[in-house]
Amino acid sequence: MTITKLFPAAVAALLGMTLASCGSSEQPQNLTGAGATFPNPIYSKWFSDYQKANPLIQINYQSLGSGAGIKQATDGTVDFGASDQPMTDDQISKFRTARMSGVLHFPTVMGAVVPIYNIPGVTGEINFTGAALAGIYLGKIKKWNDPAIASVNPDLKMPDAAIEVVHRSDGSGTTFVFTDFLSKVSPDWATAPGKGAAINWPVGLGGKGSEGLTGLVKQTPNSIGYTEMIYAAQNNITMGRVQNAASKFVKASPESVSEAAAQVPMPDDFRVSITNSPGDASYPISSFTWLLIPEKIADAGKRTVIVNFLKWMLGPGQAMAPALQYAPLPAAVVAKEQAAISAIQ
Amino acid sequence: MNLSFRRKAVNAVMLTLTGVCTVLVAGSLLVILGYLAWNGLASLNVEFFTKLPTPPGEMGGGMANAILGSAKVLLVAMLIGVPIGFMAAVYLAEFGSGSFSGVVRYATDLLNGVPSIVIGIFAYAIIVLPMRHPSTFAGGVALGIMMIPIALRTTEEFLRAVPVSLREGAMALGASRSRTIFTVVIPAAKSGILSGLMLNLARVAGETAPLLFTTLGNPFWSVGWMQPTATLPQMIFTYAISPYDDWRRQAWAAGFVLLVLVLTVNAAARFTIGRTSARGRS
Amino acid sequence: MQSGEMSLSRRLRSGDPIAHTLTGMAASTILAITALLAYHLWVGSAEARETFGWGFITASTWDPVKEVFGALPFIYGTLATSFLALFIAVPVGLGAAIFLAELAPRGASDALTFMIELLAAVPSVVYGLLGLFLMVPFLQSTVVPALVAVLGFLPLFQGRFNGVSVFSAGIVLALMIVPFIVSVSREVLLAVPQDQREAALALGATRWETTWKVVVPYAMRGIFGSVFLALARALGETMAVTMVIGNKPQISSSILEPGYSIAAVIANEFAEAGGMHQQAIIELGLVLFVLTVLINGVARLFILSMKGGAK
Repeated sequence: MTITKLFPAAVAALLGMTLASCGSSEQPQNLTGAGATFPNPIYSKWFSDYQKANPLIQINYQSLGSGAGIKQATDGTVDFGASDQPMTDDQISKFRTARMSGVLHFPTVMGAVVPIYNIPGVTGEINFTGAALAGIYLGKIKKWNDPAIASVNPDLKMPDAAIEVVHRSDGSGTTFVFTDFLSKVSPDWATAPGKGAAINWPVGLGGKGSEGLTGLVKQTPNSIGYTEMIYAAQNNITMGRVQNAASKFVKASPESVSEAAAQVPMPDDFRVSITNSPGDASYPISSFTWLLIPEKIADAGKRTVIVNFLKWMLGPGQAMAPALQYAPLPAAVVAKEQAAISAIQ
Repeated sequence: MNLSFRRKAVNAVMLTLTGVCTVLVAGSLLVILGYLAWNGLASLNVEFFTKLPTPPGEMGGGMANAILGSAKVLLVAMLIGVPIGFMAAVYLAEFGSGSFSGVVRYATDLLNGVPSIVIGIFAYAIIVLPMRHPSTFAGGVALGIMMIPIALRTTEEFLRAVPVSLREGAMALGASRSRTIFTVVIPAAKSGILSGLMLNLARVAGETAPLLFTTLGNPFWSVGWMQPTATLPQMIFTYAISPYDDWRRQAWAAGFVLLVLVLTVNAAARFTIGRTSARGRS
Repeated sequence: MQSGEMSLSRRLRSGDPIAHTLTGMAASTILAITALLAYHLWVGSAEARETFGWGFITASTWDPVKEVFGALPFIYGTLATSFLALFIAVPVGLGAAIFLAELAPRGASDALTFMIELLAAVPSVVYGLLGLFLMVPFLQSTVVPALVAVLGFLPLFQGRFNGVSVFSAGIVLALMIVPFIVSVSREVLLAVPQDQREAALALGATRWETTWKVVVPYAMRGIFGSVFLALARALGETMAVTMVIGNKPQISSSILEPGYSIAAVIANEFAEAGGMHQQAIIELGLVLFVLTVLINGVARLFILSMKGGAK
């Protein structure tokens, strides 16, 4: 009746359940991964479908942002990470020191970072030059009817309204891709703040995750943000066209992203940037996104799960990409990855 | 005596203003409940309680795993926080005296004032990092630490409220000190202690910040106690800041469910002891 | 549970050492946890403290890429939102407490107080939800335009209002802390001896004059205590604030601008912060910890001295 009598019984039950869940690899496998919000819609779908096909295998993916993905993978608190920014050499060596193992980058899909906006009365697609985007995010272009924007949008009536800038408040691969592009097209931006996952933003509100950023844009009139294109599509938010290196205004789509990737050779360690690619039809803010897998995985059960999932991802998984507006990997990259899987020990 | 018109006017105005303040404050609760009910009830369906979450963009799904996850985390928290707080309160009320007690009381007050996000960082450092995975257990430890000061304070208060005559009577009959405590004093205080426990649970049930780094989240059913798990407050946060209309709808439903649970437990706790004044909170 | 034939002194002592030890251990555990917490905060921020020194608190650049960390914007945001909350909650809360203690009949007073105390039970994330979707649009459409029309000349209300801001966070916090002020103030007001009131009324004071000039001053220390308690609570609030403050580390004279609080930045950045970034975040946790300890300490002093004086 008293708590002091219930307590020992409860502790025993607790311990019992704990011991029971420490099983062998014949038992259900529970893996945890964390990282990029950029590919979260397709990763969630993949892991959900994979679990339906393999009921004993639960791969729990948490969309916390690329920065968190790299950190948690380095700390070892998750089994794998995910990032739209390839790990730097410094980050890789920190991983090696912490986990006593190298880390492998496996591209999964390609996607596009699109400018999204919420301007009452403007429903058409706005053309943005790279310089305009940089100017907006530097705080130099303050109004929607600024000549830098209006001049390339003769068909649209831009309002005399102040631009409310929205960016990411967390460490984000999407931010990295976006600022990588801005650094390439704007010398001002390259000087400061430069490119990175978590930069010192000159202006703007912060949203947590692609979800939070998109949510803020949806809530805030006259706002602009940047996010993976599926977030715009799934939430009926207008996205703009961006001017590419060939001076064409291109709309993001799996095709224009694939075009961008086709122009850039893939190195052996799979770390590459495909922003501002040459080619008339290339979308300039495209990116691969990677799963960060440790080279050495001690737990045999987990290693098997990861290897089998990667093989599935490179096969049936790729077929699911276009429905969610991600571009599937080029065939050459798929072949390269299939060979690289054997590096996982 | 003839009070000046001005003094009477000031009197009337100021007293009315205090009534307005009361209406504002009490009315806020009604507005909150009403708005949550309006949005939450419309979104509540059976699916919410029985289904798992779906990937972003897909309609439907529910928070069944989050409800169970919250229950499991709270169970662990209760098993950790309540015994420590309870037994420490027994010590302070029955055995303690002098500087050690004073230090314990000070430490408890300190712990009570620590912001929940800082407790989250602490739990991450001592549980998640060494174990190298987030878990229900880690979340339970974080919430359990938060439960200790309140469990201690309410238990001690009700133990002290038991009349000395009861204690003396028991000891005059030959019972030892500890037997007196466990068979006479504690049972006499039990409704107060129980009510304190309920209030305590209701308070930590809504905590989100400590769970962010400890339980993480999980789209599936969380197996056992050592896996990451979804919890109701964490799902509300994730869904509320997202752009998906369907997720926002579910956030309202979850917020409504959580609030109803918390308020019901609070009301029940207070009726357990028939008290209406505030005790045991910071 | 009948004891056998034992001597009185044996019976009195038996079981005592065990209970004494067990409960003593529980008490020691609390000490250990608190000490360990403080230790982790101290050690986890050691490098950051060495690198930045006191400059951490005065510098305002927060740049994870260049590893330059200054806490001033977060300290500003935390204090600004909390004090704004107090500015609103203290008059309203005290007003309600006066009504409930002095004017309302006991039954109605108890019922209303019960309702107001339930406000304190609403989880922070639910306040965030309401703040984001109910309060912010309401502020945007009705309150702020009116405020700016009347008081827009003040630097406090300059600039654009886009919903998420220091102001919005302050309003939400005010709602969250007002129950503490009402509850504690009402109790201390009720504890003021009746003869104080009767003496004032006998001298010809109006009800309000009695309350304001006699009863409230008598209870002032307790009321101050409740204010500090409310402040301590506001300083540490995380979820509701991060959902409506805008998450922008900047210091502005206008409260319509977005801002950032210590608790909010820890919630947003801890999961991804490694190396010096993590040290800086933990140092922020240390700053918040010290701040809340100090404020809570002051609150206790006020309330304890009140209880001592009223007896």
